[in-house]
Amino acid sequence: MGDFSQAFQIAFNLLWSMDVELYSIVYLSLKVSISAVLISCALGFLIGAALTVFRFPGRRVLLILFNALMGLPPVVVGLMVYMVLSRSGPLGVLGLLYTPTAMIIAQTVLITPLVAALSAQVLQELHHEYDEFFRSLQLSGREKLMTLLWEGRFGLVTVGLAGFGRAISEVGAVMIVGGNINHVTRIMTTAIALETSKGTLSLALALGIILIAISLLVNTSVALVRSKAKEAIYA
Amino acid sequence: MLEQTNRTSTSTALRRCKPLQFKDVVLEIDGVALIRQINCTLDSSGKTIVLGPNGAGKSLFLRLLAGLMEPTSGAITGGLEEQDGLRKLAQDTGAPCMSLVFQNPVMLRRTAFENIAFVLRHHQVPKHEISSKVDKALAIARLETRAHVPARRLSGGEQQRLALARTLMINPYALLLDEPSASLDPLSTAIVEDMIERADAMGTKIVLVTHDIKQAKRMADDILFIHEGRVLAHKSKRAFFKDPGSKQAQAYLDGRVPQE
Repeated sequence: MGDFSQAFQIAFNLLWSMDVELYSIVYLSLKVSISAVLISCALGFLIGAALTVFRFPGRRVLLILFNALMGLPPVVVGLMVYMVLSRSGPLGVLGLLYTPTAMIIAQTVLITPLVAALSAQVLQELHHEYDEFFRSLQLSGREKLMTLLWEGRFGLVTVGLAGFGRAISEVGAVMIVGGNINHVTRIMTTAIALETSKGTLSLALALGIILIAISLLVNTSVALVRSKAKEAIYA
Repeated sequence: MLEQTNRTSTSTALRRCKPLQFKDVVLEIDGVALIRQINCTLDSSGKTIVLGPNGAGKSLFLRLLAGLMEPTSGAITGGLEEQDGLRKLAQDTGAPCMSLVFQNPVMLRRTAFENIAFVLRHHQVPKHEISSKVDKALAIARLETRAHVPARRLSGGEQQRLALARTLMINPYALLLDEPSASLDPLSTAIVEDMIERADAMGTKIVLVTHDIKQAKRMADDILFIHEGRVLAHKSKRAFFKDPGSKQAQAYLDGRVPQE
């Protein structure tokens, strides 16, 4: 019990003293996850909108597929990306394995289906409301798509935040493709796993506190966006 | 929208339009015939008021006319028939198409100003003209003071006026209205009717569905009575109110259940 309280004390000291190692891990985590979320949103919003606006053979199958892929196991994504980026894989020549770029790729693969499926849900509801209006204006498919993305902006921000929540808390995929190399690919989740297994709980605890704070911040942001949308009756 | 300069362009569009014709139009949904062999011709100008009890098929009639639904059989001809043609005309004359104003106005999640500007941008109105055009439209809809309010925060009457102003901005050659003043107060109804009259004066064809007999008497040039998916009468206002032509229409006007 005494060890635990001591660990907490050291953890708070690390946080308070702006420990360079601790914050470099936090910085890399945010960099990787924010990059992955931005790429996933760019892809996922467009996929979600396209699945909403356009009617083509296989559309339903794709919707089911993206919904199913929302629950993709991170370690499986890690394994797939590892095979693609490993020296004998198709993109091995790029030498990306065990770099932050590989981690961004893995997280992007992991959360793009989530963003696409949730975006489609948000936008389908809007499309139902606007369909006849759009058709009466004879909007082209592209115009419908762009208008829906703007009209659904509040809902899509919460989708993006949900994606970020999944990315920042993910450990399996980034561990496999990043390798958890100190000062290179070590991020919060992989560092917590490593430090805990080593028995050095203080750094793991400090990172855990930051991770929980980020999670709270994301959830608060979601609530704020929702209330702002409701307040303006934009929702 | 209501400027003299645009009058010319609207007339140009009207010269190109033909009367709207329903030829043996049938619409079936899930095997049930909701529109049963409608044959009628609507002039390319003037105000046609569509009357009929609930469930008669009036809204479906408008949707078929607007091209939002395809008939199961038969054809609707006249007006501007080609999609590409509509777009071309929009650029050439500014009088592009038929526009439908819905019973429950559809508002974009933007301000009243932006709702109108959206339609103008879509119709390639030059950027520097948008602000002044929107201001004029808001003035006609008596919404000048509500320009920067989110449209979905406006009252029902204000939303309907905004929807109508937004539609009129594109100078449609035919304006189709589905009970635009249902559940509106007398002031909003008067403003909506004034806007419709202005559009009519510009040469826009008006097709208005309503349950308000007094409104029909005030506004109609001709009346189309629909009952159970069939047109039972299509007459001038004077002729219709003198002799509705069927016991169903007479019962509707008297506000009683028709005797079988």
